[in-house]
Amino acid sequence: MSGAQEIDVAQLARARAARYRKLVLAGRVGTLVFIVGAWQLLTDYKIIDPFFAGSPLGIIERLADWFTHGTAYGSFWYQIWVTMEESLLGFIAGVTAGVFFGVLLGEVPLLSDILTPYIKVVNALPRIVLGSIFVIWLGLGLPSKVMLAAVLVFFVVFFNAYQGVKSVDRNLVNHARILGASRLEVVWHVVVPSATSWIIASLHVALGFSIIGAIVGEFLGAQHGLGLVIATAQNNFDTDGVFGAMLIIGIIAISAEGLMAMAEKRLLAWRPARTNDNNAGGI
Amino acid sequence: MEVESLSMISNPTSGGDIVLAGVTKRFVTPTGQAMTAIRDVNLKIGAGKFCAIVGPTGCGKSTTLTLTSGLDTPSAGTVHVGGRQVDGITPGVGFVFQHDALLPWKSVIANVALGPQLRGATKTEARELARDWLTTVGLSGFEDHYPHQLSGGMRKRVQLAATLINNPSLLMMDEPFSALDVQTRAIMTNELMRLWEQTRPSVMFVTHDLEEAIAIADQVVVMTVGPATVKDVFEIDLPRPRGQIQDIRFEARFLELYKMIWTSLREEVERSYAMAASRKAGDK
Ligand SMILES: Nc1ncnc2c1ncn2[C@@H]1O[C@H](COP(=O)(O)OP(=O)(O)OP(=O)(O)O)[C@@H](O)[C@H]1O
Ligand SMILES: [Mg+2]
Repeated sequence: MSGAQEIDVAQLARARAARYRKLVLAGRVGTLVFIVGAWQLLTDYKIIDPFFAGSPLGIIERLADWFTHGTAYGSFWYQIWVTMEESLLGFIAGVTAGVFFGVLLGEVPLLSDILTPYIKVVNALPRIVLGSIFVIWLGLGLPSKVMLAAVLVFFVVFFNAYQGVKSVDRNLVNHARILGASRLEVVWHVVVPSATSWIIASLHVALGFSIIGAIVGEFLGAQHGLGLVIATAQNNFDTDGVFGAMLIIGIIAISAEGLMAMAEKRLLAWRPARTNDNNAGGI
Repeated sequence: MEVESLSMISNPTSGGDIVLAGVTKRFVTPTGQAMTAIRDVNLKIGAGKFCAIVGPTGCGKSTTLTLTSGLDTPSAGTVHVGGRQVDGITPGVGFVFQHDALLPWKSVIANVALGPQLRGATKTEARELARDWLTTVGLSGFEDHYPHQLSGGMRKRVQLAATLINNPSLLMMDEPFSALDVQTRAIMTNELMRLWEQTRPSVMFVTHDLEEAIAIADQVVVMTVGPATVKDVFEIDLPRPRGQIQDIRFEARFLELYKMIWTSLREEVERSYAMAASRKAGDK
């Protein structure tokens, strides 16, 4: 009796959802246009000082100049590449070390009991200051930035991997042991996969930290990179330049985040779909 | 099934007898107190025998299986299997856990193939064998599903296949069929009996269903309320093969045994309720 009605209801719901999505999109574009427009107008009419606030058009001009004529220390593309390389290497090194030590300490309670107080002390330090040490030790080149990024990434991933290992279902471990798994095989077949959801949750924060590490490292002393571009712009009171470089960093971070979401989907394909997956791209 | 029977013959640990002597297990509760789960359990199960264990809930049945399989060690007493004291995982043991123990990130076929793979089979061999076992438990066509995509009963059957594929000579089954509906349960029980008669592992089978226990076992062990100990052991002298378990329930000898064992078990179940009620009254 209600077959046709049900189809109607479903169609209506879909139409409503589509309208809602359009509304959200329009709202987003509107917000952007409003903010950028207001910014441009306010600075055009000198209601706020363009020297301090920069202006959207100024930023675009500055970026166009950098892209076409390069910076004082080489092409702009090269600066972007250097920062990305540092972040990426730092990210990989930090994640690898974090997962390794997280699993190791999670699996060997004696080791974790011995090391816990030291790890807590190091974690409590503002690790950014390590950047200065790394510049002294490793010089102005790539290694000091990679090191700082890796250290920032390491702790986030380490704590999550450790927690993940600790929360492994004993039942699954017992099952694998009965089937004949050795200690290492239990780690490989049960512990690591089950900690993977924890580790992946930490990677989003870790990704941000790897970029922060690279940029701050460049701030502290470098010959290339977006951090240096920002530092130079800052010294010249070039507000448009600072904002321009920030915009580029933002674009890099968002693209990396997108790539990671794709990797995450593949790695966690076995998990039941969550009902709110369709707003995954939400905020 | 040819392959399995052959490897059973070449398996020297096949169906050793199980002897628990004065076994006690204490746990530390979350509040830091010691609690005794089982105390002074003495039990002997002959090689290749099918032993069903019944008892009130929470009395320590699962704990008994855990100690026999070597997953945990007793606080006092000893467990011997085939004359060898249990120390580490008992060789040749299989365990169908009370709770879901399939690896959620592995597909059904990978879960079933895991046992042979861990024991040195190549991936193709293991998968081939796993496919046969999935057919045996009626799940061919579900190879590439993940466990969360199966029903509770289907998961239990995968679990069964994942355990039996290793040809255990000693089989722990902790309420393996409790998640199944009555019909599937009957089919699975008959299937289990068929497989058991082929390879004859020693079995410890925990169940809350006394009819099931009598229908399939050589020996029914009744445990007391916790901390549990063995209260009575009943030899089930119904002839084998027993045929369909649905039919055997109406035989005179079956009913006689049922009455006897139920009288023993009922006391414990009632005491367990009385204890729970008095604990509740005490809390107030
Ligand atoms: N790891 C543990 N730590 C602390 N207490 C435990 C642990 N395992 C079991 N127990 C306790 O031991 C007792 C016996 O548990 P067990 O799981 O053996 O019962 P059971 O007879 O299998 O019950 P059921 O029929 O409900 O499955 C329970 O009171 C339980 O709380
Ligand atoms: Mg139990």
